[in-house]
This record gives sequence, structure tokens and C-alpha cells, in this order.
Amino acid sequence: MLPTDPMKKLSFKRHISDGDLVIVYEKHDNMKAVKVSEKSVLENRFGVFKHSDWIGKPFGCKVSSHKGGFVYLLAPTPELWTLVLSHRTQILYIADISFVVMYLELIPGCVVLESGTGSGSLTTSLARAIAPTGHVYTFDFHEQRAIAAREDFEKTGLSDLVSVGVRDIQGEGFPKDLVGRADAVFLDLPQPWLAIPSAGEMLKEDGVLCSFSPCIEQVQRSSETLASNSFTDIRTFEVLLRTYEVREAKMDQCQTQTQTEEGTPGARPFKRKQRASEASNWQADNSGSPSVMARPSGEAKGHTGYLTFARLKCIA
Amino acid sequence: MSAVEQEDNSNQNRRITWEGCSVLLDINDGDRLVFSRLTAGSIVKIGNKNYPLRPLIGCPFGSLFQVENGANGPSLARITSTAEDNNAEDKKECDIKEESRDNRALIDNNTAQTLTGEDIEGMRRQGASGNAIVEALIANSATFENKTSFSQEKYRLKKQKKYAPKVLLRRPFARSICDTYFKKYPARIGFLRVDTLSLLLSFANVSAHSDVLVVDMIGGLITGAVAERLGGTGYVCNTYRGDSPYSIEIVRIFNFNDEINKRIVRLSLDELCNNGDMKEDEVMLQSANDSNVDNPSSNVLESLSLEGGSMEASKVYKAAKPGEKAPQDAIRSWKENGFSSLIIAAPDVDAWSIVKEVLPFLSFSAPFVIYHQYLQPLATCMHNLQVEKMAIGLQITEPWLREYQVLPSRTHPHMQMSACGGYILSGTKICNEKSTTTTQ
Ligand SMILES: C[S@@+](CC[C@H](N)C(=O)[O-])C[C@H]1O[C@@H](n2cnc3c(N)ncnc32)[C@H](O)[C@@H]1O
Repeated sequence: MLPTDPMKKLSFKRHISDGDLVIVYEKHDNMKAVKVSEKSVLENRFGVFKHSDWIGKPFGCKVSSHKGGFVYLLAPTPELWTLVLSHRTQILYIADISFVVMYLELIPGCVVLESGTGSGSLTTSLARAIAPTGHVYTFDFHEQRAIAAREDFEKTGLSDLVSVGVRDIQGEGFPKDLVGRADAVFLDLPQPWLAIPSAGEMLKEDGVLCSFSPCIEQVQRSSETLASNSFTDIRTFEVLLRTYEVREAKMDQCQTQTQTEEGTPGARPFKRKQRASEASNWQADNSGSPSVMARPSGEAKGHTGYLTFARLKCIA
Repeated sequence: MSAVEQEDNSNQNRRITWEGCSVLLDINDGDRLVFSRLTAGSIVKIGNKNYPLRPLIGCPFGSLFQVENGANGPSLARITSTAEDNNAEDKKECDIKEESRDNRALIDNNTAQTLTGEDIEGMRRQGASGNAIVEALIANSATFENKTSFSQEKYRLKKQKKYAPKVLLRRPFARSICDTYFKKYPARIGFLRVDTLSLLLSFANVSAHSDVLVVDMIGGLITGAVAERLGGTGYVCNTYRGDSPYSIEIVRIFNFNDEINKRIVRLSLDELCNNGDMKEDEVMLQSANDSNVDNPSSNVLESLSLEGGSMEASKVYKAAKPGEKAPQDAIRSWKENGFSSLIIAAPDVDAWSIVKEVLPFLSFSAPFVIYHQYLQPLATCMHNLQVEKMAIGLQITEPWLREYQVLPSRTHPHMQMSACGGYILSGTKICNEKSTTTTQ
């Protein structure tokens, strides 16, 4: 997924080959990750697609099924991956992910610790930010999830950048061999305050910690723990995204001319009737040019979680 | 990974300041933010006094300084003990315990303080620390004891800011640079809020080794933020219309090493579109560029300082290392393979008119993202992209960011929030008949 090898950096030009991971795009809310395999087929409501037809085509191309239905084949990115990965837990989405990466000040070469791994949605973006020379150490106490995450990172080609450990971070803290090595720590745990003292030991001075919690009580408790564990600049945010629908339509024009005629006293005794006829006049005139309009989409996420950030104090 | 590259990366992630490094000074907990360069002669003005910045050289980022009135005049000294902080924590403790007082008996008049300005000056002359003065002011305040702990804290903070100001030494990162500009000079960065910037970088899949095409008309903030994520690999190529590239002045605030600066290049749209190699224009621009290179770097301090509007004075674009013309082999490769993604932040140019020109230079399946303060131009652009079948996954999003005050029994959203972080149009370029002909 990431062009960690500079020779492959213009991978889009590279044509799809056997063994590639592609994102099959039907609609913006209907995508699927598929490993291309010469002998396989993809079956969906549009029909049967033979993988062998895909090989040699460029990423971004449109491919057809035996029935003439079509899908697009996209190169995977962390954003697309977040939309197609298998949900083994609640996951973070682009708004929170982007803000976390920016506020943790991640750049190539950074070492970042994460717990829990969950479905690896955030991990993928952490890996992108610290590539090609940094490393993500991510921990989950749930063995199956850790194994599944490892398999995913293998599939997305991130295994060199990410190490998944099975560990109870709230109970045992992060492993001692990482003490003082972390540029940043991210916590998505039910009781983050239990992991904060250990996170403090792992961080370099002035390193940044972020804790994601859905409930304000968790934030309250984490913030108090941070303050008493040599953290400073403790700040809590909430980020959301509103999406917009766009459509082009011809709007009926309001004709002032017609209105004055209608308004002649005596001609229309009943106000109600008058209004009705004006309305029909407006509708009748659709000579206006089409315009593009936007409005917020009907449903949106109203809350995901609070993001609490803090910096390890720098004491001489 | 070669040893050289390793070194460059750690270099980019330096946690200790050096002579000539660019820093962000946070004075009194965000009250004032100043970009500066640490040189033997640079200073910062706090109140009516000038403080040399030399003591900050060689200190870790994140260090906190307080003012001292020593024999050699006012100076900044690093706060090294934690005693003070423990103090502050004790105070927070009482917050919860004895919140039974209220403001009903409080009369605010000027007779409450018995220390005069002269008294304070006298203390100062005798070498009293700022903190000692604050304590004296509290001890001599008739009303302090009766204030609620909340008001007491406020009073202490106010006095402390005046008599014992603190300077926090911060690293200039995309995060802090964007936050600072947004707070102080939002118009210069097209009102781009930090959460919006973070989304642009995600939507454009900015990662090491990628070749990112940008149309950055907001002072170089996008260019710098992208370069920061590239870490000396790939390229960020700033394209522009006409003869002169857009200013990327903000890039100088980042502490980029040469390796990273070399990856920040420019290329005019004409040259990008042109199939042959441009000769005259190229030479002209190159020489215009060269003549500026030997500007003394001390001038950079001027252009970095956001204080006192000195920015205006140094508007002239001084081309240093970042922003050179893209090397020929890179141009060739882009023309052949396309860029891996695109970011546009052009407040005064119609989004569609840019996109339709630059989109052909992207690889198939490359993500792109356009920022605008207004919704309408993006809506029109999205509609056109749909009609022309140039892209899929098109989406307009509006980011929303709210900060919270979290304190024992006093947690609530901040009273003020930025109501407009602008809008983002994102999508993925596809390979259809039309786009095929333009890139091949
Ligand atoms: C909500 S998920 C994290 C999702 C992740 N941020 C993502 O974007 O995919 C929380 C994870 O924390 C793990 N977890 C809970 N308690 C833990 C503990 N004490 N130590 C390690 N992991 C823990 C759970 O198994 C779960 O997988």
C-alpha cells in the first residue's frame, strides 16, 4: 500500500499484476478489498468478474463482468483501507485519524506506540506517517485480534513498519525495552488512565500522547492522571465531518411581471386563490438556467470520541 | 536504508535547538506566539524589555523559561525544578474541596491592593523574583481570601503573566505553524484550520516517496506540511500559472534540512503542459532565482517574525534552497508516470478551472483534494468532474473542531470555537477514454 520501496513509488503506472491488493469500487459506499489471483473470480450483483481480465490493466480502470456490469479497480490507500477492512472492533475514521497523526507530530522516522490495535484502522495511517524509517509498535491483549491485524498488515504490505504485540497494556504497561524511545503514544483503551504512567516512561521528553475515549468521564479521569504524571499542555478536542450532497437542478423563476397583473384589485377576491395561481405561474416558467446546489447529507456521525492530547514535560 | 538517510531523518527530528534554528516562542501560555530564529544576536521583547535568545540555544524543545533580572540586565533562564508545578497541583486539589465560597461579598475597587507601583519597583531593584512579587501582591490583596478558588486562580495567573512571564520553547511543526497562523493571521493561510490541513494530507495520501503536485497559494503552508511528511523522499512540486511562482515563505519556518529542501520544487503549468523543453523562460527564472540566493540568512529572522507585522515589509520572495525549479529527470518521470496525488489550496482561483488543467498530470487511481473557504466553487467543481467522468469517490466534507475545558467539576466545551474550517472536495482520478489520451 505504501511505496516504501522508491523503485515502486509510481506504482499507479504499474499495471495490475497477480497477487496485488486492489480496492474494487462499486459505489462510494460499496467497496471491497480483493487480492488478485489469476484463477479467481469476483461475484457481485453486477455479475461475475474474472481476475485474469484485470491483470495488465492500470489501477483506476473500469472492468466489466460477463453481463456487462462494471466496477473500478483502485490502488489501496489507508483511507480506502479504513472503508473496507473487516470490523473486528469499533474503529477510527478519517477525521479522528488525520487529526491524531497531525497532533502527534508524526514524521518519517518517528517511533510510535499504540494500544489497542483493534482492527488496525488507525495503525495503517500511523505507519504511513512514520514510513520509511520509523516504526509502529502496537499492542492488543486479544490474541485473535492481534493475529488478524498481523495478517492484515501482511496483506497491505506494512509488516516491515508495524510490530503487533499481545499484551495487557492497562495491566502491565508497555514493554520495558521501549522506555524512552517513543516520539508519540496513542491509547484507545477502556481505562486509559491505567496505561498513562507507563506511556510517560516510554515517551521522549516533549513527546506527545493522545488518548481517544468515547465518554467524558474517561476524559476527566485521564486528564487528571496526565496532570499528575508530568504531562503538560493537556487539551481535549472533538472532531467531526459533515458531508454534502450536490445536485444540479433548474429552479422555477419568480416572474414579477405576472405578479403585478395578478395583483390588480378586484380581479381576485380571495387571497387564498390568488396565492395558488401565483404559484402555478411560477411553476410554469422554467426558463431559468440550471444551477448546482449543495446541502448537508441527511445523516452524519454526531459523536465518535474525545481526543485528549498531552506533552511529556521537559525537565532538566 | 543507508546510514546517510538515517542520519538525515534523525536530523529532521532533532529535539534540541541549535544555533540558527527556527523556533516558536509561546509566551504566557499561548497569549503571544512568536516565530524566531535562534542566533547569538536575536531577541524577544516581552513587556517593555528585550531578552536575548542566546540562552535558548542547545536546550530541548519543550523547555520552559522564566525572566530574571540579573546583574547583566533582563534574561531568560530555564526553569529546571518541578517545585512550582507541584505547587500548582496542590492548588487544584483545593479547587474541589472547598468550593463553598462565592462572589456575593466581593467588592471590586482599587483599594483592595495595598502594594503600590513604587513598592513593586523597589522589590524588583532588590532582585526579588517575579514569583515573589506575585506572592506579595496576593498577600497584600484585601479581597484575595474572599474570592472563590476559581477567581483566586485567575488573579494569580493575571499577576503572574505580568510580573513573572514564562516562555515555552516549541518546535515549529505543521501543527504548531498552522495553529499559530490560524490564530494570528488566518487570512495569510486562506483560513486553513489545522484539522482541515490534516485532512488534506490524508485525502492526498501523502507518504514517503510520493510525488505530490500542489497548487499552494496560501504562503507555502501546504508545501511545508507535505514536505514534512515526505521526510526528504519523493517530491512536492508547486505548480503555478504565469511567470512567478507563488510565495512559499512559510516553508522557512519549518526546520528543514537540505535533503528535505531539495524535495520542494516548483514547475510552471506551462512547462508541465509543454512537451518540448522550455529554454528561455527556464533560464530567466533560474537567474532571477540565483540573484536572491546570497541574501544574508539573518534576514530570515525578519520574515519569520510574525510580531509587529514585519511580514509585510519582507514580502519580497527570497528564494533560498526550497522551491528551486524541478530537476529535468523528475519532470520527465512525472510526464510519463504522473503525480501520485494532488492538493489545491487557491482561495482566489476557481477550483474547476485549476482542476481541469492539472488533473491530467495525475496517475490513474491517484487521490486528489481541493480546499476552499466557500462551498459553492467546490460544488460546481464536483458536478463538473462527475459530468466529465474524470473521477470517482467524489465527496465534499466540512470539518468541525471543538475544544473542551476539562477540569474537576467544570468540564464544558470552550465558549469560542472557529465556526468555519472551510470545505474539502476529495476524489480519485480514474482511467477513462478522455484522461487516457492526455497522459499517454
Ligand atoms: C476500539 S478498539 C481500537 C480500535 C483501533 N483504534 C482502530 O482504529 O482500529 C480497542 C482495542 O483495545 C483492546 N484492549 C482493551 N483493553 C486492553 C488492554 N488492557 N490491553 C491491550 N489492549 C486492550 C481491545 O481488545 C480492542 O481491540
